[in-house]
Amino acid sequence: MIYWELFRAFFKIGLFAIGGGYATLPLIQQECVEAYAWLSLNEFNDLITISQMTPGPIAINSASFVGTVIAGPLGAIVATLACILPACLILSCLAYFYFKYRELDFIRRILNGLRPMVLALIASAGVGIISTALFGTNQLKTVSLNQINYLQLASFCLGFYLLRKKQKDPILVIFLAGLVSGIAYLVTLAGV
Amino acid sequence: MSTEKQQKLSYKQLFTSCFYLSAFTFGGGYVIVPLMKKKFVEELAWLSEDEMLGLVAIAQTAPGPVAVNTALMLGYQVFGPLGALVAIGGTIIPPLTLLMLISYFYHFVIASPFVAAVLTGMQAGVAAVIADVIFTMAYSFYSQRKFDSLLLVVAAFSAVFFFKLPIPLLIPICALIGLLAGYISDHRGRQGNED
Repeated sequence: MIYWELFRAFFKIGLFAIGGGYATLPLIQQECVEAYAWLSLNEFNDLITISQMTPGPIAINSASFVGTVIAGPLGAIVATLACILPACLILSCLAYFYFKYRELDFIRRILNGLRPMVLALIASAGVGIISTALFGTNQLKTVSLNQINYLQLASFCLGFYLLRKKQKDPILVIFLAGLVSGIAYLVTLAGV
Repeated sequence: MSTEKQQKLSYKQLFTSCFYLSAFTFGGGYVIVPLMKKKFVEELAWLSEDEMLGLVAIAQTAPGPVAVNTALMLGYQVFGPLGALVAIGGTIIPPLTLLMLISYFYHFVIASPFVAAVLTGMQAGVAAVIADVIFTMAYSFYSQRKFDSLLLVVAAFSAVFFFKLPIPLLIPICALIGLLAGYISDHRGRQGNED
């Protein structure tokens, strides 16, 4: 039955998707393209593009997309729930113990080591995101300064200023930057 | 818990906050997590920055999308298991419905240069948000005089960014460093008392 297959495939993806984000892609490809042939390689590439264009975790996006394509809205719901189920089960146990024992020295010390790691992971992902935004690529090794996109740089600086000095809502800043770029595209299109 | 705080905490606010963040957060886990921190720590003051970082750390240790995992931990911390369910619902409903809709007409979306221009622009906004969050978090370690934590940030960053150390390996290493550092400072403290 198709729902059961969707459930199994995405449960597996959810269970082995350690590290999050793009680390999940090979796993999704293996299940959806190779094991079950639900998507062609081209459709899989489209899926990656769509995931980059839409909000939400890539695993959830794939589950909803593949689920809809294969078995309609109910398929999307089954695949999405299957995808988050492993994490929910494991985390519920972890959460139970965490909140029970987090005052223990042992746990406090482990967390003292993990908190800086979280900042390091955000910073590491951040460098790639900033580089993509300003230079159009996250391959820093191949980037040269004259590749910089000045409109993007201006949006970036303006956004940074609004966030730090004016305490503006981050989502407002993200949309403003999108608006600026969209208008700039229409202006060049009109040949002004 | 004071009555004022009880009033501030509500399932509805938890759900709408998660929904709003998830619906408008492009760029995956490491964008939404900083935004959650801004919303729940700075705006709503439901938990402290240290508690938030603890939650994210635990969320990292389980498989699955970081955004969903963090929402689960956050909901659990403020309201218990039911809160976790509410937060997960708020987080997955926006991408779920959006992708269902898009799967019917995605060829148009992918091919549109205007959509591409807007999305490229939004990346600059996302980049500014990330830069702001990195600044704020680094400054908070600095202002608490946690220089050893800052040193670990730099070391962990280098390990992941330059040496491509896989995250499932980094987690136990950092946990171990935290444990060792704790015992060392304990040991020093005890020696100091003997003197």
